[in-house]
Amino acid sequence: MSGILASMIDGVLIGAVYGLAAMGLSLIWGVMDVINLTHGAVIALGMFGMYILFAAFPINAYFLLLPVIAAGLLLGLIIYWTSVHWVINRPQLASLLSTFAVNMIIIGIGTAIWSTSPYNVNFTLRGITIGAYTFTGNHMAAASAAVVIALALEVFLYRTRPGKAIRAVADNREAAELMGISSTMVLALAFAIGIALAAASGALVSTLFPFTILSGAGYQMKSFVVTVLAGLGKPFGALVAGVLLGLLEGAVTPFIAVSWIPMIEFGLFVVVLVAFPRGIFGRATA
Amino acid sequence: MIFRRPVFWLILIFAALMAFIPLHGNNVSMREDLILVAVAVILASNLNLMIGYTGYVNFGHIVFYGLGGYVGLYLATVKGWNLILSALLAGLAVSFCALLFGLGILRLRGAYFALATIGILVAVQSFVSNFDPWGRSTGLYVPFDAYQPLGGARRALWITYFLVIAVMALSMILSLAIKISKFGLGLFAIREDEDAAVVLGVNATVYKAIIYSVSAFLPAVAGALMFYKNGMIDPSIAFEFMLSLEGIVMLMLGGKGTVVGAALGGGLYEKLRSYLLTSPKLSNFHLVIAGGMLLLVVLFAPGGLIGWLYRLVPRSEKVIE
Repeated sequence: MSGILASMIDGVLIGAVYGLAAMGLSLIWGVMDVINLTHGAVIALGMFGMYILFAAFPINAYFLLLPVIAAGLLLGLIIYWTSVHWVINRPQLASLLSTFAVNMIIIGIGTAIWSTSPYNVNFTLRGITIGAYTFTGNHMAAASAAVVIALALEVFLYRTRPGKAIRAVADNREAAELMGISSTMVLALAFAIGIALAAASGALVSTLFPFTILSGAGYQMKSFVVTVLAGLGKPFGALVAGVLLGLLEGAVTPFIAVSWIPMIEFGLFVVVLVAFPRGIFGRATA
Repeated sequence: MIFRRPVFWLILIFAALMAFIPLHGNNVSMREDLILVAVAVILASNLNLMIGYTGYVNFGHIVFYGLGGYVGLYLATVKGWNLILSALLAGLAVSFCALLFGLGILRLRGAYFALATIGILVAVQSFVSNFDPWGRSTGLYVPFDAYQPLGGARRALWITYFLVIAVMALSMILSLAIKISKFGLGLFAIREDEDAAVVLGVNATVYKAIIYSVSAFLPAVAGALMFYKNGMIDPSIAFEFMLSLEGIVMLMLGGKGTVVGAALGGGLYEKLRSYLLTSPKLSNFHLVIAGGMLLLVVLFAPGGLIGWLYRLVPRSEKVIE
């Protein structure tokens, strides 16, 4: 019984990281109605970014999140201006395919550099032992970092002018432009933040599990599930839904083989979309 | 009438050439090249029914091919049934599955549907990897004597080649037949504006489920034939996500929504890919090049090669559909 409890607590901690990845997806989706299929590739880049930085500067890996986030913002701007900006007013098919093309390019380059063999970031924080179970320090630190970043985003979106501009554009782009907001700049900023969040979550995952350049795809799938659970354009809801998904995974893993998990997640995805098209937290604006 | 369309005869001539050129001089290596081209054309043509005609992206199209391979191989080797019968049954079974999936996920519109198709791919792969009768993650293989009913392995390879070419021709004819039918018009209406189509009396849910199911049939038959020819199947080669994506690149490159474009893109891309994969310098970058091509096509030439031809020679639209 306590084994299940421990597994669930682990699940919650990992779920916070899923939530962080999903926040990025949800932000981009909600603000510009673009489904960012580069998400998984960027998560993988975040993992390798952490790997490279940690190899160069073997300090506490969680301090290295900051440069990863900065690089993520820059990458986000590059992706926005090369592949998203031009298709934003075209039918959704175009942005799906263009972000998808960027995904292929990133994965292709990544495979050429790192092949598809597994890597890991060799950094451990001391954990807490309660009875027979040890909660690793990395899990707790990664979850805390995810929550801190999520709170920072929330403050940014609700308390600062650029954040308010992002929410205004998400609500009604034409009206926001009439109020003097340059929607192009806002969209680029929102996209860059979304990409940076993906990179940050990848960096956090890299301190928990071994990874390959293809690992991002699984987290992308989880991000989609979490995003529809939370409802579109609700970044903080995404964090909560991520924790829920982690809790669910933690609760079922003691009983079934890990290879079934994608099927459960997908089932959840379809059921939620069909039964609660606006997410389980009710009215979303999307 | 379909027989009045020049493209119909072009398709037949193309298929006949594909079938007989390698036969001349028993050119086995050319046959192996061309069978891959044929499979690319089959995948791109059937994907076109969803993306090009209906405007719904299916990222998991390869599921049909892989599942068809599994069902076909299971029937042909474990049960020892006739190859053609097994392949047809595989097609029917997979179409039926697609209809069931489709009725579930086609309630989703646009991008949500696209995401669900990724989910279907992942879910089916995870199911097959855990499914005992299909050998879990080790898959199934064809024992050598399973080729005996077709007169030995050497003849069996030629027979499967001709069958795959026939499936290719059927895929293109199916695309043409749907394009000139009233059903096809309904699909185009959904693509242009689904709400308006529904108001005008197109039963969008049924149309989408049917086309999703139809687009599953021939790829599944082709999968059954190909994996039988290759002699083995396992979850990672059957549900190769990459191939699913390359199908999209092929279609966009050739020109979505056109019969010839899908085939042209499939053929050209497959040629390019085999060149890239065998070139020592570029083999690592074939994904990058494919992605770059897709990006350029989406940004600058949404009509693909055929769209470009239409703009260059507007009258060609009447002949090359």
